Amino acid sequence: MIPEIGHAALWLAAGLALAQALAGFRADGGRIAVPAALLQGVLCAVAFAALTWAFVKSDFSVALVAGNSHTAKPELYKWTGVWANHEGSMLLWAAVLAVFGALAAIRAKGLGERFRTVMLSAQGFIALGFYAYLLIASNPFARIVPAPIEGSGMNPLLQDPGLAFHPPLLYIGYVGLSVTFSFAVAALLLNRVTPEWARAVKPWVLGAWSFLTAGITLGSFWAYYELGWGGWWFWDPVENASLMPWLAATALFHSVGVLAARGALKNWTLLLAVVAFSLSMVGTFIVRSGLLTSVHAFAVDPERGIFLLVLLAIYVGGALTLYALRAGTVTAGTPFRPVSREGGLVVNNLILSAVLGVVFLGTLYPLFLEAATGEQVSVGPPYFQTALLPLLLPLVAVMAAGPLMRWRAMDWAGLGRRLVPALVLGIAAIGIALALGMRSPLALAGVALSAWLAAASVMIFRGRKLKRVRRIPASVWGTALAHLGIAVTTLGIAVSGAGTIETLANLAPGGRLSAGPYTAQVDDIMPAAGPNYTAIRAMLSVTGPDATIVLAPERRTFVNPGNETTETDIWPRLTGNLYAVLGPGDGSGRWQVRLVWQPMIALIWIGGMMAAFGGLISMMQGRRRREDME
Amino acid sequence: MTVRRIALVLPLLMFLGFVALAVYRMGEPQQRVIASKMVGKPVPAMDLVGMDELHPGLNDGDLRQGTVTLVNLFASWCAPCRVEAPQLKELADKGVVIHGIAVRDTPENITAFLKDHGDPFRRIGMDPNSKAVLNLGASGLPETFLIDGKGIIRKQYIGQIRPEQVAEILKDIEEAKGS
Repeated sequence: MIPEIGHAALWLAAGLALAQALAGFRADGGRIAVPAALLQGVLCAVAFAALTWAFVKSDFSVALVAGNSHTAKPELYKWTGVWANHEGSMLLWAAVLAVFGALAAIRAKGLGERFRTVMLSAQGFIALGFYAYLLIASNPFARIVPAPIEGSGMNPLLQDPGLAFHPPLLYIGYVGLSVTFSFAVAALLLNRVTPEWARAVKPWVLGAWSFLTAGITLGSFWAYYELGWGGWWFWDPVENASLMPWLAATALFHSVGVLAARGALKNWTLLLAVVAFSLSMVGTFIVRSGLLTSVHAFAVDPERGIFLLVLLAIYVGGALTLYALRAGTVTAGTPFRPVSREGGLVVNNLILSAVLGVVFLGTLYPLFLEAATGEQVSVGPPYFQTALLPLLLPLVAVMAAGPLMRWRAMDWAGLGRRLVPALVLGIAAIGIALALGMRSPLALAGVALSAWLAAASVMIFRGRKLKRVRRIPASVWGTALAHLGIAVTTLGIAVSGAGTIETLANLAPGGRLSAGPYTAQVDDIMPAAGPNYTAIRAMLSVTGPDATIVLAPERRTFVNPGNETTETDIWPRLTGNLYAVLGPGDGSGRWQVRLVWQPMIALIWIGGMMAAFGGLISMMQGRRRREDME
Repeated sequence: MTVRRIALVLPLLMFLGFVALAVYRMGEPQQRVIASKMVGKPVPAMDLVGMDELHPGLNDGDLRQGTVTLVNLFASWCAPCRVEAPQLKELADKGVVIHGIAVRDTPENITAFLKDHGDPFRRIGMDPNSKAVLNLGASGLPETFLIDGKGIIRKQYIGQIRPEQVAEILKDIEEAKGS
């Protein structure tokens, strides 16, 4: 019964989305669009709760539950199992979209009634497509008769807290950008690309960006400790699919700032607003259609793929057509000098767009090549590293200067004076790194840039009185924290990249190996059992310069479905991570043991989370200012 | 058309290019036959655990013992694998050495499968996470590889072995012996 309630709620929500979409064509449509948006939020929450209930109660008469759950699955993963499959994740997508639609109906009043109605109408059109997809092609509530007595499990790689929470965060980010998209469509239709529009859209971009940042950071962390390869970014197509909207959103909230302050960069900002959500949908499409194959193996289903492609073509194609037709009528804003905050933000946007271009090309080039010549290639880390380094290093360098520049115009000398402390710290960092034995020029450049950016991020507060700390705007705190976060991540990348020491040995109990300052001895290799898996566990006693600990990496064999995973064991230290992986055995009592010392690698994710929080803090600023305006 | 107009239309054109590509890709049959790049190369390193006492495991060294062998990728859950079982049995009865690689499967299920459909295998290596499948360059199940006495992959037979293929495979084995 409860699944049917969820199914019915979805149909009702679809009907409301249709009404909401059509409301934009009526002068008094706001009376329909606003309640429709609010109700959809409630109905989608009901549908999502209904599916969650089916999973938690292990209702195997629901086909989706039978296919993706199991009574022996730990409780937490019954909950997260709701979105760890195709239909459920699309329902999550629709539910997040509906909740954002409801929030937009409540909060986006600043630009007038007409604007809100048209914006909600665009939002309704998007929602309608995804409801249609769920109800026609991918019903999460479909029943099976007879109901099996036991479910057929879940991909054990997904049975992990990191991955359990990484998709919802990403989805909030992806789908949050839909509001930005609808704002852009409404602005194009009503010709309302004004500084007020930019101020109204900025918190939405920042909110979505923060969740995307957190989602990507968590995903990277998951790949690091679950896949057992020791890396933190693999340039896998699915990872790139989440990176592309992030890059567009990053460029977007920086250019929105210029539009809000100066009324400039209008067309560019509109295009970014459209592109950011478009790339989110392209990303979901790529992942869910099986167009690109990767370690993230999702089921390939051509009919669903075509359905998603049609939706994509309508929304993205429609918005870009609108852009081509209407953007020409947008008037240009006030001019500014190249050396100014605006100028800095333009440079930021140019570099970010180039980075986006490189990632886009690298991700889709294999597809194009195969279509054109039939040749199969894979584009790997060497391409991305070679192509991106010359862009990312200047980007970090310029990032430091940006917030220290004045709006409209500034002389080089004034900027130089403000950057002196950063320069001093950057040079000092090189000295320290050299003294500690770092020799790689690239890593030294990374360390120097990180110190330079960190110092400049603190310099954002220059001239502000400590007594009046409460009056410092949230956006200043947010910018400083986010930029500091990027400095921390840069430091983590540079130091761990240069200082990683890896050893691999075939060991029997009693054998030893060392990595960096740590030595591990295999005490025992023994079987172990978990709630729904069996495992081989190695007990390694590890001795370091200051402490001793036992690490216990495992190879787990999941019962249902049969699948094997490596569970790394990590010893996080202040100075770095010691990473132990148990490889396959050779059948004669020896096992492959890998020990990796990765200095400061945790900074990569700490920095990412700092940036995400910075974005959230900046968003608060936008909200407060808007309330003032109302 | 001015540069400005082109700039406005360019994003749309790029997107249409992407859609055209996606349509082209998805219009292709999904079950494409992908020839393994490993044909002509030595078998990749592998060390698979055996299924039971009767069927010891399989490693790459076992395939370099001077005998021409067939390596058959199969699973009890794979329907076409049942269809090819009589042909494998026929080959085994004619003295061909056949080793199995059981993909994502359990010993109990395989035992039941072999009881129902005949057991042509000398060795059965368990491949619980499809690693051997990937290393051999196979794209699906079932697939069969012909490996010469030096451990070089000579032929790849994609899909189930049909009755009319048996003679062809026997001929391929003779050729591999001669080389």
